[in-house]
Amino acid sequence: MFNKASKGSLLPYVIWIALFVIAPIALVVYYSMLDLKGNFTLENYQAFFTPVYLKMTLTSFWYAFLITAFTLLIAYPTAYFLTKTTHKHLWLMLIIIPSWINLLLKTYAFIGLFGLYGPINAIVEVFGLEPQQILFTDFSFIFVSVYIFIPFMIIPIFNSLDKLNPTLVYAARDLGASSFTTFRRVIFPLTIDGVKSGIQVTFIPALSLFMITRLIAGNQVITLGTAIEQQFLVSQNWGMGSTIAVFLIIIMVVIMSVTGGQKKGGRIR
Amino acid sequence: MKSLMQAVIAILVVCALLFFAADRLESAGSKGNKDTITVFNWGEYIDPDLVKQFTEETGIKVVYETFDSNEAMMTKVQQGGSAYDIAVPSEYTVEMMKEEDLLIPLDHSKLPNLQNIDPYFLDLAFDPGNKYTVPYFWGTVGIVFNPTKVADHLTFTTWKDLWDPSLKGKVFLVDGAREVMGMGLNSLGESLNAKDEQLLRQATDKLITLSPNVKAIIGDEITPLMINNEATVALTWSGQAQDMMWENEDLDFAVPEEGSNLWFDSFVIPKTAANIDGAHAFINFMLDAKNSAQNNDYVGYSTPNRAAMDLMDPEVIEDERFYPSEALRDKLEVYENLGLEWLGKYNEYFLEFKMSIR
Repeated sequence: MFNKASKGSLLPYVIWIALFVIAPIALVVYYSMLDLKGNFTLENYQAFFTPVYLKMTLTSFWYAFLITAFTLLIAYPTAYFLTKTTHKHLWLMLIIIPSWINLLLKTYAFIGLFGLYGPINAIVEVFGLEPQQILFTDFSFIFVSVYIFIPFMIIPIFNSLDKLNPTLVYAARDLGASSFTTFRRVIFPLTIDGVKSGIQVTFIPALSLFMITRLIAGNQVITLGTAIEQQFLVSQNWGMGSTIAVFLIIIMVVIMSVTGGQKKGGRIR
Repeated sequence: MKSLMQAVIAILVVCALLFFAADRLESAGSKGNKDTITVFNWGEYIDPDLVKQFTEETGIKVVYETFDSNEAMMTKVQQGGSAYDIAVPSEYTVEMMKEEDLLIPLDHSKLPNLQNIDPYFLDLAFDPGNKYTVPYFWGTVGIVFNPTKVADHLTFTTWKDLWDPSLKGKVFLVDGAREVMGMGLNSLGESLNAKDEQLLRQATDKLITLSPNVKAIIGDEITPLMINNEATVALTWSGQAQDMMWENEDLDFAVPEEGSNLWFDSFVIPKTAANIDGAHAFINFMLDAKNSAQNNDYVGYSTPNRAAMDLMDPEVIEDERFYPSEALRDKLEVYENLGLEWLGKYNEYFLEFKMSIR
């Protein structure tokens, strides 16, 4: 299939993938089978199937699901209305700009905003209500995570909506479809690939969030990411950390294959 | 295409300039020569005037760099990129650094001011004979609280007060396995260095009964929360508590009588040192009674320097909250290096507790 020249030009990519994709995963799998003393063992896998880690996996999943669902709920209409505006690329840019700011900085800003004496509670008090404890609740955790992921969800959906041929929508209307039917039968199915990539770029990182779980949720939410960080940095148990990482990789592969499907249109190019 | 090329070239030029500048800064900084030393310390942990004074007296320039965790400091020393002449680890990190062979033994003949240190703080288990370390500051783990916002009967002289039903959703804990598990063990009257699965199990169960009271388990972010009255009760280190109390005069601090942790930060000379004589001179300078007293006024942690204490405001050193009597100190325990296996177990139990707080 390939002639000699194209084989040679592929080589750098093959080396790249071998060094930075295959080798690290192989190392993670290898380390996951070592105990603290460096002996070969499957103990770590056994430890993963204890209630603590199983519960953690489930809560990680649940929160990642909630975050993705809310992000999608906000991002899809936003992207849709963006494509209808006259200066759509300018508006898109304005939405994306906050994602250039360091994640930690934004998180710390929320600590101030959500504080008992912060601006949000100042507004609450204007309405004559008691200041609410917003920080360190499920609400604040999901709110901040959704805020952080929205731009990443909007971009692929915006791209696929933008590429949607408007004549198809007109045709649907001409044939008597209501706007809801047009959306359900024409617009949404044609932009589903954008939604799928949006879900991938939100759900997978959301599974392994860790700084926000401490700063905003006060460790009331513990994700697999938190556990990996702890195993590597505090316990220095690389084996257990790698084992959790292996499960995270497996989960990611499953999600990729479920949301993968036909790979045309709607992706970030 | 042309404008793209221009942009690429512009970025490359800027990068080259930045590299050049960074290189110059670095060579000005950590070049290990005779009249420079590099001190690697925690942030806000020394009086800058003393550093200037040291340079005036000895002609040795001081490059001052900071770190925010023992682990980060140790990693940087291990990598050996910069010529750190002095570092300030906590006691359990000293043990780890010793094991990794990262420390240079001290020459006591160059540290005549070592005699100023209270003998109580010398020859401790983590460094017999002070072969590698000189005590810098010390402190405890205790409870900082706001008496105006908690019930009057809560004085936190006992860990039991944390379990008081009136504190539902009000207690903040520091995100450290040793601190929190240690508190659990102490509240049972056990040692915070316990190596006994059954005791750890009991301590975890005890801690889980505390979960309704726990609002959050966080790190340094606790300081602004206490200062702004957003939090009312927190388990934290005495030094951090002192910081909070300077900013918010309502706050109070107590070390429960069942026992708690006693910690030490010490000067060491890491293997990366390029100016060992200069490092000794600096340590000796900081041990001087007058200098140490001045430094203490600035930093505010508890000093192990007996001669300096004589020069300090008696009100400060008589404050039992930060200078507990020897009787109370005897109930406090220093963290032992548990070894990775037990450290892992402490963390597993701590994780289980964390999973229970919601």
